[in-house]
Amino acid sequence: MKKQHQDYKNIPGWGMDADPENEPNYPMKNYTGDDHHRSDYKRSAPQPKDVEILMSNERPKISAVFGNSVPPSGLSGMIRRYAFKHSEDRYRHWLPLIFADRINMFEGVVDDLRKGYFPNIIAERGWKMEVKHNPKGFAVKIATAAAVGYMIFLMLKKKK
Amino acid sequence: MEYRGPYRVRTVEKPMPQILHPEDAIIRVTRSCICGSDLHLYHGMVPDTRVGSTFGHEFVGVVEEIGPLVQKLKVGDQVLVPFNIACGKCNFCKQGLFGNCHESNPMATAVGGIFGYSHTAGGYDGGQAEYVRVPYADVGPTVIPPDMDPDDAVLLTDVVPTGYQAAEMGGIKEGDTVVIFGAGPIGIMAARCAWFFGPSRVIIIDHVDYRLEFAKNYAYCEAYNFKDMEDPVVFLKKTTDWYGADVCIDCVGCEAEGNSLQTFSGKVTLMQAGTATALQWAINSVKKGGIVSIVGVYGPPFNLIPIGNVLNKGLTIRANQASVKRLLPKLIAHVQEGRLNPKGLITHRVPLEEVADAYRLFSSKLDNCIKTVLIPSAKS
Ligand SMILES: NC(=O)c1ccc[n+]([C@@H]2O[C@H](COP(=O)([O-])OP(=O)(O)OC[C@H]3O[C@@H](n4cnc5c(N)ncnc54)[C@H](O)[C@@H]3O)[C@@H](O)[C@H]2O)c1
Ligand SMILES: [Zn+2]
Ligand SMILES: [Zn+2]
Repeated sequence: MKKQHQDYKNIPGWGMDADPENEPNYPMKNYTGDDHHRSDYKRSAPQPKDVEILMSNERPKISAVFGNSVPPSGLSGMIRRYAFKHSEDRYRHWLPLIFADRINMFEGVVDDLRKGYFPNIIAERGWKMEVKHNPKGFAVKIATAAAVGYMIFLMLKKKK
Repeated sequence: MEYRGPYRVRTVEKPMPQILHPEDAIIRVTRSCICGSDLHLYHGMVPDTRVGSTFGHEFVGVVEEIGPLVQKLKVGDQVLVPFNIACGKCNFCKQGLFGNCHESNPMATAVGGIFGYSHTAGGYDGGQAEYVRVPYADVGPTVIPPDMDPDDAVLLTDVVPTGYQAAEMGGIKEGDTVVIFGAGPIGIMAARCAWFFGPSRVIIIDHVDYRLEFAKNYAYCEAYNFKDMEDPVVFLKKTTDWYGADVCIDCVGCEAEGNSLQTFSGKVTLMQAGTATALQWAINSVKKGGIVSIVGVYGPPFNLIPIGNVLNKGLTIRANQASVKRLLPKLIAHVQEGRLNPKGLITHRVPLEEVADAYRLFSSKLDNCIKTVLIPSAKS
């Protein structure tokens, strides 16, 4: 793995103008030179893995601690597993994740219904606040949505 | 609270969080805040935000339980918890980059672990809840000084350090003109903190009048509405003798308004990671050789910014998640000695049960909302 020019210190002028004070990240970063030890540092003991954790393929192993909330599941989980085959550099990592998020929303509704719970979407969206503090704007929004919906309905009807 | 999909949140009973690692603690939350960053989650802009997640990265509370290796905290301590999860041992933490820890997020290398901030930031449940698991309890959590108001403390978990670091990264020099984009809690705090570095003018730009009015009074700054300007860049050039600001700070992030091309590509079609309008304005209205500081949050893939102008103008761009732990000692002193009044930003207090209304209020900027605190119902 380690490929380095062995004699780099013999290159004429090597390190002559190095200025440790010229750290563009200062004061965010208190430069110690530890960066050159790379991933060689004393880690905390690893947290036991109790759920499926998807790991970025830009690292060798999972971090010492991690969150264990909502492990991947269902169709969205399958899409997420696919996404994690690709690095954080790729659109095929991020777009599938966003797509999975949208699918996950429907899975959430199905899950609620399966438990016999009918989600109160109006309450979850906090529309009460719009009615209370922005009645005019909110009415316009609802009216526009209704008008657009009606137009689409008419267009579909015509096609038939 | 629990996320159910874009614009949908509710409260549910969840199992009590457990100690999963010997350096964990469980905190009983006494106050948590909703942040502009949470709005990016709430609007479904952050990839890998899973239904059933609990948000919340700004919280204070009481230590309820500690893992066997925790030494600095004891049960019953009142603590404020920085929003970044940091191990204190990796080579990033060791150099003060607590917002860039390498041992708190397996899901992405570009961002450290953050409480309640999607699986892209580590998949942790957050603090808009009654109880929360806090990893590396000896590193982040800080005992709240006895004379400090918990409302001030909860803003020290994110808003104050982020606003301060935004100004600090600007490298502001005495006499400088500093322009801040965004008059949300972060922008207002950045404007207030900018004065610590000795500028002669601080200007804040937004399009929500009540926020501009609030900022003017709270942060002693000039405040302008970009909707009243034909072109904000020309306006800023003109007001700086056609020279450009010395420092521009982006406190808006990926949901900026004001440019239809950015909005179409970034919000409507998601072809870029949100809209980079404020950042574009910052780059184009700073002077040559100037500094642009970014704390506004952007999504992971990429954004459209005029990088050619960055090159031709010789700009320095500095950006990061705030390193809360690094800044806390200084900021606690600023609060204790009366120079900063964080709780002055709080406009709303809402019971945790009404979290859906609280999100809507903040998201739609209703009822002159600046900052909302969620309070879990008192349990013995
Ligand atoms: N780097 C960090 O550590 C960190 C920490 C906390 C928050 N943040 C980020 O900071 C940003 C602001 O947070 P907040 O809590 O103040 O959020 P907020 O949503 O309350 O504030 C954003 C403000 O920007 C205004 N705005 C929109 N478009 C604009 C434009 N083109 N020019 C100027 N202003 C514009 C909005 O009207 C709003 O008032 C968010 O992106 C948030 O994620 C970063
Ligand atoms: Zn925050
Ligand atoms: Zn670390």
